[in-house]
Amino acid sequence: MAYPNDYRYTKEHEWIQVKGNTALVGITDHAQESLGDIVFVELPKVGAQLKKGDTFGTVESVKAVSDLYAPASGKVVEINGDLTQSPENINKDAHGSWMVKLELADAKEADSLLSSADYETYIKEEQ
Amino acid sequence: MSSTVDTKSLRKTALNELHRRLGAKMVDFGGWDMPVEYPSSGGLMKEHLAVRTGVGMFDVSHMGDILIRGPQALDATQHVSMNDASKLQEGQAHYSALLYPEGTFVDDVIVHKLGQNDYLLVINAGTREKDYGWVKKNVSRFRCHADDVGNYYTQIAIQGPKAEATLQKLTNVDLSQIKNYWFKHGTVCGLPNTLIARTGYTAEDGFEIYVPSDVPTSERVWNEVTEAGKEFGIVPCGLGARNTLRLEGKMALYGHEISDTINVWEAALDRFCKMDKGDFIGRAALEKAQAEGLKRILVGLEAVERGIPRDDYKVFDASGQEIGYVTSGSYAPFLKKNIALAYVPPAQSEIGTELFVEIRGQKVKCKVVPTPFYKRPKKNP
Repeated sequence: MAYPNDYRYTKEHEWIQVKGNTALVGITDHAQESLGDIVFVELPKVGAQLKKGDTFGTVESVKAVSDLYAPASGKVVEINGDLTQSPENINKDAHGSWMVKLELADAKEADSLLSSADYETYIKEEQ
Repeated sequence: MSSTVDTKSLRKTALNELHRRLGAKMVDFGGWDMPVEYPSSGGLMKEHLAVRTGVGMFDVSHMGDILIRGPQALDATQHVSMNDASKLQEGQAHYSALLYPEGTFVDDVIVHKLGQNDYLLVINAGTREKDYGWVKKNVSRFRCHADDVGNYYTQIAIQGPKAEATLQKLTNVDLSQIKNYWFKHGTVCGLPNTLIARTGYTAEDGFEIYVPSDVPTSERVWNEVTEAGKEFGIVPCGLGARNTLRLEGKMALYGHEISDTINVWEAALDRFCKMDKGDFIGRAALEKAQAEGLKRILVGLEAVERGIPRDDYKVFDASGQEIGYVTSGSYAPFLKKNIALAYVPPAQSEIGTELFVEIRGQKVKCKVVPTPFYKRPKKNP
């Protein structure tokens, strides 16, 4: 699975795609693969204010529970409700399955996160 | 999300290298380096469904085996286990447990009557040394010998409605003649005198075979089973599916539903405990506990609201009082529900009782439901 060049990544295995002052956030293909069959997603309410590093939700596979961490600060302006109905979509296409849309507090904040190449190196070392 | 495990200190079954070649995700299970799921099978969910609808195979060689042999083998087995082994015929097995004098669990076991003076106890992986030490000590006053023979066998479980059709290709024994919880010895994959038992831990029909534990033989048998099951879509299954399968069937797991602080009545295993068979370790305490009445009992829960109750989560009643805890909980892949087993006071154990499980600070509504959650369909005659 390719890691898109226009995304940034965290060591906690979230991705963020910045477009202007908004961004989409999801979990990486590596994360879905480690978790296995995803059966439950809990997302924040629209309007929630997140600081970088805050827990904004939970994703659960059959055997594991994993918290979701905000890769950047901002306000939740939209959530992907389809995922709560069909959490298995994350297994099928992690990089296409955005979870929340943020209105960024600072459009530059995500620049300091890992590039796709750095993230791929990171997960190789982690294994 | 992942961490480095020093697998050097972990114990390995003869099939360890094979699991790694298959690309299994490995975990430390009770000190054993075991497959939890096989991405090549499609993962836990696919493995679980294969066992419910077709056939799956498991390496369960981490399970331990104790032989009790000698003129007083029956007396010894009766003394250390709670079911009535005198009722077993040769070639028959039953579920039982080893108890402490307090009536709590050393372990649960399957007792096989191999012969007149010859019993095989199949025990859990995480408790192998403890169980063997405990059995050896407690049978010492009988004329018999207890041997730990766990390392001699590779144990492979073939489970699912197509288990019989799969294994039948590899043996001269007529498997249709082996009833549930009975066993026979016969040739399997050219190996004479192989123990074939119609047992398992999946709440599905199936067999467990015990073959020599050298690597070449173990791998050959595994591969032949894989080949035989191909037309039925057989997949290798890991401990993840094993856990969800046994949970749907309400089968106890040591350290969860049963432990050294939980007694037989609480675990609702009454029908495997024969108080009238004569004395056995734990009997006196169980008699007393019976007279005193239960403080808690194991029930099945189903989540009514969104959320997955999991191991050790707290259980509350409708008034908000904490009344118990979850022993095992998961999404149930076949039932497609979130289910759990939990200890609660008997007064709140009625079917239909509304209870709440605390999940990340939220009280999620659940109800007490009949168990087992899953019961396999009766076979057509």
